[in-house]
This record gives sequence, C-alpha cells and structure tokens, in this order.
Amino acid sequence: MSVLLAVQGLTKSFGGVRALDGCSFEVAEGSVTALIGPNGSGKTTAFNVITGYQPADAGSLAFRGRPVRRPDPCRLQRLGLSRTFQQARVFPGLTAAENVILGRNEPWHALLRRRVAGPDRRRAEALLGEFGLAAHADTAAGRLSYGQRKLLELASVLMAEPALVLLDEPAAGINPVMVKTIEDHIRRMHARGVTFLVVEHEMKFVMRLCDPVIVLDRGRPIACDAPRKVQNDPRVLDAYLGD
Amino acid sequence: MLPLIASQHWQVNLLVFTVMYAGLAAAWNLLGGYAGYPALGHTAFFGVGAYAMAIGTIHLGVGAGYRPFLLIAPIAVGTAVVVLPIARLLLRTRAAAFAVLTITLLFMVQTLAYNIRSLTGGSSGLIVPIAPFPVATFERPFYYAMAALLALTLAVCWVVRTSKLGLALNAVRDDEDRARGLGVQTELVKLVAFAVSAGLFAAFGAVWAYYVGFLYPGFAIDPLLALGAVLMAFLGGRRALWGPVVGAALIGPAQQYFAYRFGASQLYLLAYAALFLLVIYLLPEGIVPTLARRLGRLRPGSGPGKAVRDQVATGSIFSAGDLG
Repeated sequence: MSVLLAVQGLTKSFGGVRALDGCSFEVAEGSVTALIGPNGSGKTTAFNVITGYQPADAGSLAFRGRPVRRPDPCRLQRLGLSRTFQQARVFPGLTAAENVILGRNEPWHALLRRRVAGPDRRRAEALLGEFGLAAHADTAAGRLSYGQRKLLELASVLMAEPALVLLDEPAAGINPVMVKTIEDHIRRMHARGVTFLVVEHEMKFVMRLCDPVIVLDRGRPIACDAPRKVQNDPRVLDAYLGD
Repeated sequence: MLPLIASQHWQVNLLVFTVMYAGLAAAWNLLGGYAGYPALGHTAFFGVGAYAMAIGTIHLGVGAGYRPFLLIAPIAVGTAVVVLPIARLLLRTRAAAFAVLTITLLFMVQTLAYNIRSLTGGSSGLIVPIAPFPVATFERPFYYAMAALLALTLAVCWVVRTSKLGLALNAVRDDEDRARGLGVQTELVKLVAFAVSAGLFAAFGAVWAYYVGFLYPGFAIDPLLALGAVLMAFLGGRRALWGPVVGAALIGPAQQYFAYRFGASQLYLLAYAALFLLVIYLLPEGIVPTLARRLGRLRPGSGPGKAVRDQVATGSIFSAGDLG
C-alpha cells in the first residue's frame, strides 16, 4: 500500500509546552489508522497542524506524495483531505441539506448559482438517506440531537468524496448504539476506498476498527503496530499508566 | 405614488431619510447579518461617497441638475474596489476585534477628511452646488434616487440570499473555521460581501451629499449613521430580506423626531441604547422572523430561531467558535 499522508518532524509549542516534538508518522492508503495517547500527548494538535488550522513551528507534510507547504484547511479539503471536530460541529442555522451541500467543492464562479440547485438537493438527500437523516433534510442543524449532528458532520465531510478523513473522537459523547452506528458508517466508507485517521479515547472502538494504531506520548510516536501488539507494548502501558 | 403619501416638505424629507436608512440597513446586513461580521464603521464608506460626490460636482465640472446622479455608479464601484485591500486586512480579525478595527477605520477616514483641506475643506466643510429643482418638488428627485438605490440593494440581497454566495456567507456566520475545513472559499465570499456593502454605502452617501448640500467631517462621517443602520437591521431581523426595511420604517421616523425634539441634548442617544438592549433581550431574531414564525409561515421545527436564541444566551451572537 502506498503512503497517503506522511508527517515528518512536526513540532509545535504553546509557550513552554511542546505539544508536538519532532512527530513523524505515515498513513497508508486504504487503512483506518488510529492515533491514540494519553491526554495532552498532542493528538488534537497534530490534527490542527496537519489540516492547517495551526501553523507548525517545524516539520513537513506530504499528501498523496506531494509536499504541502503552508497547509490551509480550504486548499487541503480541495486536495482530498478533510476532518471532523471533537464537538460535532455543524452550521446550526442552516438546514441539514444545506450543511451537506456546503461540503461540495464549488469553484468560485459557481457562487452565483442557485443556493440549493436540483442536482445538489438530490445528492444531499441521497447522502442524508445513507446516514438515516433523510427525514431531517429541512431541519435546522441546531435542532438535531448530538448524535445526529455527529452523523451530519460526517456526512458533510464525505460529500466531496475525500481520499483521507481525519476523525477527531468520533465516538465521544454519544451512546453505545450511536457508537456502533458511527462505526458502521466508517466501515462502509472505508470499503468504498476512503482512508481514515482516527483520534479516539474509547479503546474498544479503536481496537475493533483500526489497524495500525499509532501511540503518541509527549508529542511524538512511541509505537506503531497492529492493535493487539500495541495493547501489550510495555512502552505504551508505561505512557498510559506510568508516572 | 409619492404625492399620495406625502406632499409636505417635511414629510418627503422624512421619507428620503427613511428610505436611505432602509437601504443602508439592508446593505450593512450583507456583511453584518448574512456573514455575521459586526462591522460598525460603515459610515466611513458613506462619507467617502459623500465627499466623492461633493468633490466631483465642485472640481470635476460634472454639471448641475440631474447630471451629478451619473456619478453614483462610478463612486459605488470605485469605493468597492478601493476598499478591497483594507477589507482583506480587517477580515483577518473576527468578532470584537473586527468591530473595534472597523470603528478605528471610521475615525481614520474622519481624521483624513479634517486634514486633507485642499479637497475636503477640512473643518470648514464643503458646499455642494444646490440642485436647480423647483422648490415645490425639490425633494422628489432625491427620493426617487434613494428609492432606486434601495431597490437595487434589496435586489442584491435577494440574489445573495438565493445563491451559493449566501449559503457560504451563512456558513461563515455559523462556524467560519469549519467552513474553511469544508472547502468553502471564506476569504473570497467575505471580501465580496464587504466590498458590495461598502460600495452601496458610498452610493447612498453620494445622493445624500447632493441632497443636503453641505458637508463637514463630523456630519458626513457620523458614527451614529452606521450604528442606526445596525440597530434597524437588528430590530427588523437580520435573517429576513425585509427585516432591515421594517426596522428602518420603525426607527427612521422616530429617530428624526427624537433628533428634532431632543437633538441638542443628545438625549435621543439614550433612547437608542435602551432600544438596542430591548431588541437583543426581547426580540433577538428581530421582528420579521419572529412574526413569520408566529404566523406559521416557517414550518414548525425548522427555523433557525432556537439556534439564534442559543447564540444570544451564550453571548456568542457574533463570535466564531474556537478550535476543537
């Protein structure tokens, strides 16, 4: 399998805290890679830096074999790299259908086309249907339940058919049934060829879904292996349980 | 139609100003409402338009009568273009920082108007040649010009609302960072909204200058003008096409009356502040969306009402969400 995303020596400090410290890892095309680690190990910072929400102090990034200088969220999304956020972020004042339609990569000259054109609407409805949200197409996203918002966020990210999706705690804050639903959706999308990089604390979820598992500690990877091996790695146990 | 509504000079004068404010509020709404960027210094662009009109008629020899009206379009387009680099800079900030910077811009423009005496006459002001219209119907051409500009502004608003541009602006309003991550061209749409909004303010300023005939910096670049427009948009409802117009229809005449009765004491400013607080507290969505929902024109369970109330309750009505 080829390397879809390669991170090399990523470093990011906040004041005196080194959130990322020469962090390097790779995400293979077609994998569901997990990024785990104790609180404060730099997982979300890694996401923010990779997707261009925060500038890195040092390090480089390559996506689909091409170096990405000065990553920018909008440009990366158009290259095929998208992300979700920890707290299901949707556009509360817009309908679910509009939320999904925003995920399409529109060229600038399409800005004066109709807000919700027929083909857009049909695609949005089909996608919302896949996520069990068809009945809520015209509901304001702010009125959906938290679980539904998580599904909507995922659906809108997938609208542009990205190559790689970074999921920031997809199983956090939702009930076990919804966790299973989200997991099924990830599997379904994975079967269609989407690669995932997942930050998650819910270990059972990670162990079921992901391979390989990268363990971060103090801003750098200390292990990268199959889930079963990572579970028994003394360095990993030490990072989670040690002093 | 106009003579049926009003024939007295003071009545038509009131209409001219109310229609102007309706247009200003709607133009402000493009950026302040649809995109949620709390611009408080749009008076600067109004002033630029006003001075451009005055200087155009005095120095460029455009001619008298209806001919100065020909200047409106180039003034609007010119302002929209010139404002682009400034807008680009300002739009790097958000929420309160953006509001403060726009106010700063306003006072910078005002200071320039005081100091570039060769063009603006400084604090002694400029006198625009009086339009040679018949005294009995002097205000009418200005009323029609303002009404045409209001119609144009509403048409622009309608196009924006029903296009992908409006959808992208609304996404910026709701969560700009996530919009960027979804591939929405946030920079571009914000710039367009800013420039169009500023250009329209300049157009209204140009007509206003020709109408009042006299300008000096504190008058042509009065912070309260844009603040009034903001208040009207809030009262009428920023999410409705007609919201700003309804707000202007209510506040415009009241404002003229207050200024006329209490103008010297500036007590009317207190009334402004009180009204603003009441609107935020009692009608956070504004009159038009609230009425529309009461009348059941929006499907129950759909409108954005709850989301807006939540934003108001948490004080985040203008602020963008932080990074997760």
